[in-house]
Amino acid sequence: MLKTAYEWLDRRLDITPMWRDIADHEVPEHVNPAHHFSAFIYCFGGLTFFIVVIQILSGMFLTMYYVPDIENAWKSVDYLQNEIAFGHIVRGMHHWGASVSIVMLFLHTLRVFFTGSYKHPREFNWVIGMLLFFTMLGLGFTGYLLPWDNKAYFATKVGIEIAASVPVVGSFIATFLQGGEIVGAQTLARFFALHVFFLPAALLGLMGAHFFLIRKQGISGPL
Amino acid sequence: MSEKENQRKPGMSRRRFLTYTIASTGGFLASGVLFPMIRFAVDPLLQKGTDTKFVDVGPVDEFGESPKKVEFRIHRKDGWYQKEGGEKATAWVLKEGSKILALSPICKHLGCTVKWEGGGFQDQFYCPCHGGLYTKDGVNVPGTPPNAPLDTYAYKVEGGRLLLGPLETRGGGA
Repeated sequence: MLKTAYEWLDRRLDITPMWRDIADHEVPEHVNPAHHFSAFIYCFGGLTFFIVVIQILSGMFLTMYYVPDIENAWKSVDYLQNEIAFGHIVRGMHHWGASVSIVMLFLHTLRVFFTGSYKHPREFNWVIGMLLFFTMLGLGFTGYLLPWDNKAYFATKVGIEIAASVPVVGSFIATFLQGGEIVGAQTLARFFALHVFFLPAALLGLMGAHFFLIRKQGISGPL
Repeated sequence: MSEKENQRKPGMSRRRFLTYTIASTGGFLASGVLFPMIRFAVDPLLQKGTDTKFVDVGPVDEFGESPKKVEFRIHRKDGWYQKEGGEKATAWVLKEGSKILALSPICKHLGCTVKWEGGGFQDQFYCPCHGGLYTKDGVNVPGTPPNAPLDTYAYKVEGGRLLLGPLETRGGGA
């Protein structure tokens, strides 16, 4: 049944070569943990991607209940966590996944650094990776405000003060992030927009470029 | 030697066995991730509605043969939000002999609000959205969009006061 449906599609769209091109490729021996267990360090990039997929999924579901408004944000989070079935699980996935994704991203960066994989001809992919790193930090920073509890509020205040300490343009960055004179209604709306639209879009675009380049250039050779 | 072995083993090839094993393990893991999220999303389907309590809407002798509009408040929790003082609700109340009819103003066509003698229709309830009409006792007029009579509120009379409760659907209709 599934096979028939696939063949029906394949006859019309010729999709087999497309996924073959994506999925069927040799994993070199030096990055395959089945050959050398220490090659598990090459898994962190893939693990980061896996966590990002979970973040996107759980985040999509959370927005079914969450409201980015100072009157209702905390109440809606409290409601979805305590009164909706599996609410604590879905929010827990997003909450812990946020930390895990940063950890995985960092380990991936360390692996790339210590294996020297960032060197020519892969410098550009390192740059894209750094942009991804800052995008993820941005996602973490903006997401932290959304529950609108004390921790969120003061973390954002501190973050904005730090941004304000940048020479010359600091106060402009701070006002841009804050969206108003205080950390308040406008900040929350703006952080929500950044967190669910702008930064994920940037993240997906950069990830696409990152993956395209690694397939194009191939994984770096053994040490 | 290998040919012989192949002949002896019936059924499943190693490749196929691995495909099935990996697919089912992957499926199990994916469902562990997806199940909580989907259950979370469909929770409203599985939640019980709020119980409606009877609300006092005034003395019974205020109402006569002609529908009179009464407004009252329903206390309902809408997720994390509860309106202060309750949500506004309306009933058109009339006496039919010894019985009391408390009609819901919600049109049975597509849920707009009907009005007694609205739009210049004498002696009828009129819905402005698609021109639905109902007679005085809330029965839909044939040839207009609604296909059932207006819902009624359950009622009680206690100490000369009229109390309205949950909505009840009436069968029949024109």
